[in-house]
Amino acid sequence: MGALEKLFYSPVGHAVSTRAGLTDPPTLRRGRTWPDGTMVLAPLGASTLVADTLDLLGLETSDPIVDAPADSPPGYGSRIGALVIDATDLTTIVGLEDLRAVLRPAVRALEGSGRVVIVAREPSGNWESKSVTRALDGINRTIGKELRRGATSNLVYVSADATPNDLLSTLGFVLQGRSAFVDGQTWHVGGASSIVDALSDQPLKDRVIVVTGAARGIGASIARILARDGATIVGVDIPAAGESLAGVANEVGGTALQLDITADDAGAAIAEHVARRGERIYGVVHCAGITRDKMLVNTDAERWGSVLDVNLAAQIRMNEVLLDPAIPGSVEDGGRIVGIASTSGLAGNKGQTNYAASKAGVAGLVEAMAPDLADRRITANAVAPGFIETAMTARIPFIQREIFRRSNSLSQGGQPEDVAEAIGYLLDPASAGVNGQVIRVCGQNLVGA
Amino acid sequence: MNSNAVIVGGNRTPFAKAGGPYAQASSHDLLTSAIDGLAARYGLSGKQLGEVAAGAVLKHPRDFNLTREAVLSSSLAPTTPACDLQQACGTGLEATIYIANKISLGQIDSGIAGGADSASDAPITVSEPLRKALLAANAARSTGDRLKALARIRPSHLKPLAPGVNEPRTGLSMGEHQALTTKRWEVTREAQDELAAASHHTLAAAWDNGFFDDLVTPFLGVAKDSILRPDTSVEKLSKLKPAFGGPEGTMTAGNSTALSDGAATVLLSNEQWAKDNHLPVLAKFVDANVAAVDHPAGDDLLLAPVGAVGHMLERNGLTIEDFDLVEIHEAFASTVLATLKAWESEEYCTSLGLKGAIGTLDRSKLNTMGSSLAVGHPFAATGARIVPSLAKMLHDLGPGKRGLISVCAAGGQGVVAILEAV
Repeated sequence: MGALEKLFYSPVGHAVSTRAGLTDPPTLRRGRTWPDGTMVLAPLGASTLVADTLDLLGLETSDPIVDAPADSPPGYGSRIGALVIDATDLTTIVGLEDLRAVLRPAVRALEGSGRVVIVAREPSGNWESKSVTRALDGINRTIGKELRRGATSNLVYVSADATPNDLLSTLGFVLQGRSAFVDGQTWHVGGASSIVDALSDQPLKDRVIVVTGAARGIGASIARILARDGATIVGVDIPAAGESLAGVANEVGGTALQLDITADDAGAAIAEHVARRGERIYGVVHCAGITRDKMLVNTDAERWGSVLDVNLAAQIRMNEVLLDPAIPGSVEDGGRIVGIASTSGLAGNKGQTNYAASKAGVAGLVEAMAPDLADRRITANAVAPGFIETAMTARIPFIQREIFRRSNSLSQGGQPEDVAEAIGYLLDPASAGVNGQVIRVCGQNLVGA
Repeated sequence: MNSNAVIVGGNRTPFAKAGGPYAQASSHDLLTSAIDGLAARYGLSGKQLGEVAAGAVLKHPRDFNLTREAVLSSSLAPTTPACDLQQACGTGLEATIYIANKISLGQIDSGIAGGADSASDAPITVSEPLRKALLAANAARSTGDRLKALARIRPSHLKPLAPGVNEPRTGLSMGEHQALTTKRWEVTREAQDELAAASHHTLAAAWDNGFFDDLVTPFLGVAKDSILRPDTSVEKLSKLKPAFGGPEGTMTAGNSTALSDGAATVLLSNEQWAKDNHLPVLAKFVDANVAAVDHPAGDDLLLAPVGAVGHMLERNGLTIEDFDLVEIHEAFASTVLATLKAWESEEYCTSLGLKGAIGTLDRSKLNTMGSSLAVGHPFAATGARIVPSLAKMLHDLGPGKRGLISVCAAGGQGVVAILEAV
């Protein structure tokens, strides 16, 4: 820790920085926990999709307070835990006023780490209807920035054939502490005829999940969270990282597989490891990745090629093998593929052309794979972490790090477990309707799409 | 109920030169790491196994229960029993035989055999006069007597003693013994250097091909055997000065094993246990044998495995041609070369009570993935290094392929075994 950093974290430095406006960031609610306060359900039409989903989740709801055209708006009296808005019938600009009227009192009353969740239809119909759908995106992003004390706002678009069972895992994830660092985001849930009718604490029980890059950092956290959710972990990392990989594998009661994922036979070696144990793979989490940062003017072919090979090409090569149903130990029908993109890829980041290319490529990859795998009920999705507190980001120079860390709506860096929880949500068998999505775990970073 | 003992796999730390990267690690640390890597590879975390048997040659008094303590430090279930076992450089293989026998007899269904040694963490002892003076002072009844006892201590008594590596009966070091054998069997310097260079080159190739990816787990940031010199050559080795056998000697630091630190383990079980636990099976542990020579009377100290091999082959009705791979521990390059010459000698073999010469080995079958000269030789670990490596090589060649292991040990002993691929 440098002298400047020590000063910043000293009592004196803390007092000064607080007076300058750098207050301590809120502590976020995490894990499989629900909001403390009342869950308010606001249907903006006749649809019961959200009400029925909350019913499956076993959540009690109360009616919203609606803003009146008086001088002082009515209040809830006490803090509320969440406002869940069913906007699936909302198609007109006039109708947006109904949204404002339920948002205003609720935003004022929302507890720390509370939730605003808007559920809407995918764009369809006439010009006005489509523009209203998009208007919701702007509202969601802005609410996310205005909310305080760790509260978040997210928007979920559902397709017309999506059932409460299809929406179940998504609403559960967004309302629970698992989505702590997912803020201002928008993604889609399609119809998947899911038959799961309750949220499980161990949705991955006895399912084999391969996690590459599992020896440390975010990968190790993914292994731990997925094991908590019941998964049998196959941790993969380069042989040189074998010691910490063994530690993680033993900790989560899984197995360690030392291999270089850029080897031509990496996919085959993983399948063989699983097949030898008489199992099939349920999920693959491609977390292994490297950085070789330099400004483009200093980026040579080696830096360019190695990052693209490890972060993207190797993933495609492994997927081709692991998704071949003829290969013993490959991914089973109904399985899951999850890639790790990055806000650097979605928004661009100075000094990371190669990395941004590879990570935006991962986003493109899952979007491309999703429809091709649909007939086997396999989904492909990605998460895009923003600033996450890891050994890697701890090496960023102090001032730069403090700026990155606070440049989001939650004024703090995310934890590796926040990324892992989002991945756990995508892997949940109940998330069959979530396909081809890229979910950012970035606390609504100021930069990025 | 008798059953086959099979080798599921193994794990070891990379081996390193004594006083090198593992200088601060104890045999306990090394053995624990090797067991943990094995547990991670085969999903044994939290599982109870039949027994763990391992040992160390250079052993601290504090390590009186080395293996059991390592089990308790590892991720295996704490209810896994363990015992220490020691047979000098034969320890790792003898521990494997012990576990395999228990499995074959149906006493256990699974077990780990292993060995660890840290020449960096060798026990340092006090001199005999100092020990006696302290004992006398401790037993003294009065302060005067106590002072009298302590007054007998001389500065020279305070010099710590490193563990003895010389043969107690002959006073000769292992290298000096082997120098006698080298001369007697007329092993040339050139042949020794060629064997040493080949050991480095084949080991380097095996590392490059990823052969050790599922046999080794890094330890303390070391990912590869650090004694390995991929770029060594017969020419470079020929420039080294003799280390044993006087100025005319042919044995150098290059064709003798270095003092090493490291640990190795083997996972064995019966076939049903492997099946029930969804684990692969590489090879069967077919037979093993131990023999000794009378080196104080002049026998070649490190040729004891010759008799052990000969009698084991006769017992199994096998000849040397029946083996697809042969691993002879490279204590010294000349040990291997003298062993091969002894195998070919009708006179030597019959003097051991064998029906005739063991035969001539096709050298392309010998130590194909390197051996102790390049890998290093933490005494107790070597046998447990060889078993899983050979089992994997045999498995890669296909079912029924046979392998022979020959390990020489201090005290004029030899431990040998036969594996057969499943």
